[in-house]
Amino acid sequence: MSCDQCREREAVIHLTQIVNEQVTTLHLCERCAAEKGVESPGAVAKTPLGSFLAAMGTEVEVPAPRHADTCAGCGASLQDFRESGRLGCPECYRTFETPLRDLLRRLHGSTHHVGERYAERPSAKREPMLEAAALREQLRVAVETENFERAAELRDRLRVIE
Amino acid sequence: MIDLTLLTDGGVGWLDASGPYSHLVLSTRIRLARNLSGHVFQSRNSETEREEILGRVERVARESSLLRLATKFRLDRLDRIDRQLLHERHLVSKELAGLDADGRVRSGASLLVQDRIGVMLNEEDHLRIQGLHSGFALEAAYAEVDRLDAELGQRLAFAFHPEFGYLTSCPTNVGTGLRASVLIHLPGLVLTKEISKVLQGLAQVGLTFRGLYGEGSEVVGNFFQLSNQTTLGSSEHELLDHLGKMVRQVMDYEEQARQVLLRDAPAIIEDKVWRAYGLLRYARALSFDEAMNLLSGVRLGVGVGLIPDVAMYTLNKLLVHTQPAHLAVAEGLAPTDADLPIRRARFVRKVLESEVGRRG
Repeated sequence: MSCDQCREREAVIHLTQIVNEQVTTLHLCERCAAEKGVESPGAVAKTPLGSFLAAMGTEVEVPAPRHADTCAGCGASLQDFRESGRLGCPECYRTFETPLRDLLRRLHGSTHHVGERYAERPSAKREPMLEAAALREQLRVAVETENFERAAELRDRLRVIE
Repeated sequence: MIDLTLLTDGGVGWLDASGPYSHLVLSTRIRLARNLSGHVFQSRNSETEREEILGRVERVARESSLLRLATKFRLDRLDRIDRQLLHERHLVSKELAGLDADGRVRSGASLLVQDRIGVMLNEEDHLRIQGLHSGFALEAAYAEVDRLDAELGQRLAFAFHPEFGYLTSCPTNVGTGLRASVLIHLPGLVLTKEISKVLQGLAQVGLTFRGLYGEGSEVVGNFFQLSNQTTLGSSEHELLDHLGKMVRQVMDYEEQARQVLLRDAPAIIEDKVWRAYGLLRYARALSFDEAMNLLSGVRLGVGVGLIPDVAMYTLNKLLVHTQPAHLAVAEGLAPTDADLPIRRARFVRKVLESEVGRRG
């Protein structure tokens, strides 16, 4: 979608206004938005979580040694998360627990789930074929990211299943 | 071309205007975000893994009581117009339909749907369990979605953390994974210019609003989608109660605004709603936005009893079938065809001619 103002650049800011009974939405590029006094989100803040993510890592020091730089489950780094706004896998919530807890507090005003609790069924009942496929995918990622310790662990788990 | 008649109600059962408060609330939607443990999230998984997820969930869904007879749509194998059609019916998100700016559909992107309930697969999360009810029906919609969640959760392993709850690809959905939205028509508040205050108030109590098609969509025809902003730290029922209370309050404000309009400016309002009706009834070309705004005016007129012979169902039907993809398919045109506004006006005239006076 092109900018409503200059009709040249890509619109990145969508401003909903209510003027004279009419709800209108203006689509503006960053430059025209800045000219109109609409705050530009800047380069790091292009995701919905932008400002939070930008703050992460500046305010929160990621303490070693519990928190690795990359997630053992998928190889994602905190930087990846900051750029995409998406975590890589369930394991990321453990790997980046400290910075995430801070983010969750700011997003939700809480870090504790108080809703329905999911009683995970015993892993023995899982379909072994699919379990193996999931492990193989994780193994591939571990090898790609040269996380050899994790790769060895996954290889051993695969041997048990197969 | 996909055949939506495969769906028992054509996928628009939620528009039948049979639900509670349907003169104000079009529909209530509940969705739960779920991911499978042992699988990486969508941003990092492979095509093979997405196929596995789809196959696995579909197998389990076919054995559930609620999705046993589900119709399956593989969005990644549909033409753009068909994907847009499903999106216009509120059955799939813009993201799943690949209608975002980059226009790419993720491989494995699919929908399983039966009556009012369904699962989007390989969306931002592995599963988005969703239910769509007519009118204002938060608890009823949740009860059904909760049942499907329990059935699927018994046979699939969902990613769950003892402290953070259900784990989701984006931390804005973690915890309950629940997003409840109510699509509400607020012309009174817009006309009395009270709407910004109300929306600001909602933001302060942790609610958010979006346009007709949810996330990233514009407000058209005075339709607002109100939903919970947070998903963590409150139980499912607390989230629903809170949203429900606030929606009731907004409905009260809207009714008051309509009373104020009728009391202080009866002639203006009467002219406005009949003018909207007249244009819909006789115009020879209508853009989608114009049709939406005129339908909003007529809906207001029907709501306050100024226009007696139009059924809400007729208005809802026009709302659905005048959307670009719906109209284009019905008329056998491309969605960008320059003739579309003319066909839209003709379609609206035909429906109003045949249905007005026969109250549904």
